[in-house]
Amino acid sequence: MIYTKDLSKTYNGTTVLNIEELTIPKGQSFGLVGNNGAGKTTYFSLLLDLIKPTTGNITSNNVVVDESEDWKPFTSSFIDESFLIGYLTPEEYFYFIGELRGQNKADVDALTAKFEDFFNGEIIGKKKYLRDLSKGNQKKAGIVAALIGQPEVIILDEPFANLDPTTQIRLKQIIKDLAEKQGVTVLVSSHDLTHVTDVCERIVVLEKGNVIKDLETNPATLKELEAHFAGGAVVSQEEE
Amino acid sequence: MIKHFLNLEWKQYFRSSYWQKNIAINILMVFFALYFVAMFLGLGFGLLFILKEMYPEQDPFVVANGFLFYWIIGDLLMRFFLQKLPVMSVKPLLTLPIKRSTVVNYVLGKSALSFFNFLPLFAIIPFSIMLIGDGYAVSEIITWLFALIITVLIINFLNFIIEAFSAESELSFLPIIVVVSVLFGLNYFEIVPMTSLIGSGFLAIAHHPMLILIPIAILALCYGFNFKTLRKKLYLDSSLKAKVTEVNASDLSWTERFGDIAPFMKLDLKLIWRNKRTKSMAMLLLVGVLYGLFFYPQPMYREMTFMSAFIGIFSTGFFLINFGQFIPAWDSGYYKLLMSQNIKYEQYLRSKFILMVISVVLLFVLGIPYVYFGYKILIAHFAAAIYNIGVNTHVILWGGSFNRKKIDLDKKAAFNYQGTGAVQWLIGIPLMLVPMALFGLVNWLAGFSAAIALLIVLGVLGIVFHKKLMKGITKKYLDSKYKMIDAFSQDN
Repeated sequence: MIYTKDLSKTYNGTTVLNIEELTIPKGQSFGLVGNNGAGKTTYFSLLLDLIKPTTGNITSNNVVVDESEDWKPFTSSFIDESFLIGYLTPEEYFYFIGELRGQNKADVDALTAKFEDFFNGEIIGKKKYLRDLSKGNQKKAGIVAALIGQPEVIILDEPFANLDPTTQIRLKQIIKDLAEKQGVTVLVSSHDLTHVTDVCERIVVLEKGNVIKDLETNPATLKELEAHFAGGAVVSQEEE
Repeated sequence: MIKHFLNLEWKQYFRSSYWQKNIAINILMVFFALYFVAMFLGLGFGLLFILKEMYPEQDPFVVANGFLFYWIIGDLLMRFFLQKLPVMSVKPLLTLPIKRSTVVNYVLGKSALSFFNFLPLFAIIPFSIMLIGDGYAVSEIITWLFALIITVLIINFLNFIIEAFSAESELSFLPIIVVVSVLFGLNYFEIVPMTSLIGSGFLAIAHHPMLILIPIAILALCYGFNFKTLRKKLYLDSSLKAKVTEVNASDLSWTERFGDIAPFMKLDLKLIWRNKRTKSMAMLLLVGVLYGLFFYPQPMYREMTFMSAFIGIFSTGFFLINFGQFIPAWDSGYYKLLMSQNIKYEQYLRSKFILMVISVVLLFVLGIPYVYFGYKILIAHFAAAIYNIGVNTHVILWGGSFNRKKIDLDKKAAFNYQGTGAVQWLIGIPLMLVPMALFGLVNWLAGFSAAIALLIVLGVLGIVFHKKLMKGITKKYLDSKYKMIDAFSQDN
């Protein structure tokens, strides 16, 4: 589904991302972990054609993303709050996204109705603008908006950050369902190793822009990841 | 402490991408500033002669004082639209060990160093020197000079008080209009003769230096008031935090008739109506309609036919220029979303285009009563409207692809009441000067009808080639896509 070849991104001589080859099959829930500056958001931005690759490219469903715009109808994403339109209410925002993705109001209403639990009564019908919602509630609205219009690829950057524990657990269920039952390819990045191992079938560890681990999730994965990142911490302490 | 603040200001200014990418505009600003300095210097040195010429029987010093009232009113009005209380991102400072009063004093003190406060000095000081040279008592003139400098500062701080009130009212221009028109009305209908009152007040100060304490007291009062209001607002839960407003959704289903661009039309209308900055811009439509009233009542301008082309372009294109020059920066806050969504760029731009065309037509229709001042004015306005629709809309959309400055709609910057500065007016110049020059030239060479025909033909050409032009413009936007995304995701 998503095929990355010889992809690199360089800013002023510093390479922030360098992936030789990475294939993400359809319907996989894919987790990206790494410390700050590892290149997670850079990879997602390249995937959405928000920045231009220095070399190589990403092919999504046989569409080269930086050459054609045909990937847009089947791809949706929530990267950060800048994906929200502050002066709309959550409903208006959902309808707007819906219209762009060819969904009428009834379709959108039917979809958002399924997330009543997730919203916890704080999003719909509150007569508040998105800009006036709390960070966590903004995130909830953004994530659900990314699910509108039956996308085949969903990209969520740090979806668990800023969410309360209850919502985190609900979100994990939603992501799992998407991949397992609906065959959606879900790409998630996170700093929280527990969440990623719970949700993702496959986890890739990025470090300074390079893929250094590519794991099928199994009961031992969390231990392995923890050992990896703790090891890194020890090394860097010694370096200091 | 002041040293740190100044350092921060310096960095904020020169490290902003806006500065680095808009050197041309900055140079233009400096140019304008120099122009005004020269004008004021000329006024300062020439005023004495002008007054002697015009009022040979009267004491020019007394006459000059008589005009002070109009200067105060004019200055206040100008500052309201152009001067902002210096914004400092004070939020990060709140948790640092800095006294609140220090921050407030700094913000207010900095405003005293504004260009607007120095500008009058270029006229006042030479005028004082000329007066002394003319044999007026040195002590009197010096006292008078100080009284005027204090008055400048009073106007400075009074303006911020008015702005503070206008920030709280829905119609942000109301307070200044009320203050100015009440003062003017009192004077005009001779209920309170403000002109002579203020004039004789300054004369009295000149004669009795002790009276200068009165303006000093007023200044202290204004400063104190500003200090108090600002200090109260320096809390996270007051002005630094956005107020939560209840949504009043309106029915915009009529936009559906525009077909595939309807979602963007709805978005644009909400953008305009729900953000303070765009809302006050929409209010400016009124200024556009009434603009002709500044000129047409005077027979002098009615004779100059090329003026009506200029006024036509300006008044029918008022919204176009103000709204259009910030395309696509209005959407900069969520530009990444638009770029990763399933949208056609051309639809997005066409929605803006239609909006601007509607505004031009609306402003033209509202301006039809100008026919009272002569049918030629109506014809000129019509030609100007066609030109605006056919040419200026495309030019401004094309220019938008060079836009790299983010507009933060959500953030109500601590003391940024206006959100508009002098720069905003500069960009409109080519849009107005080009048609004006063309019109003036052809009018001079071949007469009024030929000049009108030229504007209309240019406009119609633009409309005929609309599809083609839009294609080119869209391509321009696509080409600068990455640059725009990058610039819009930076603050400042």
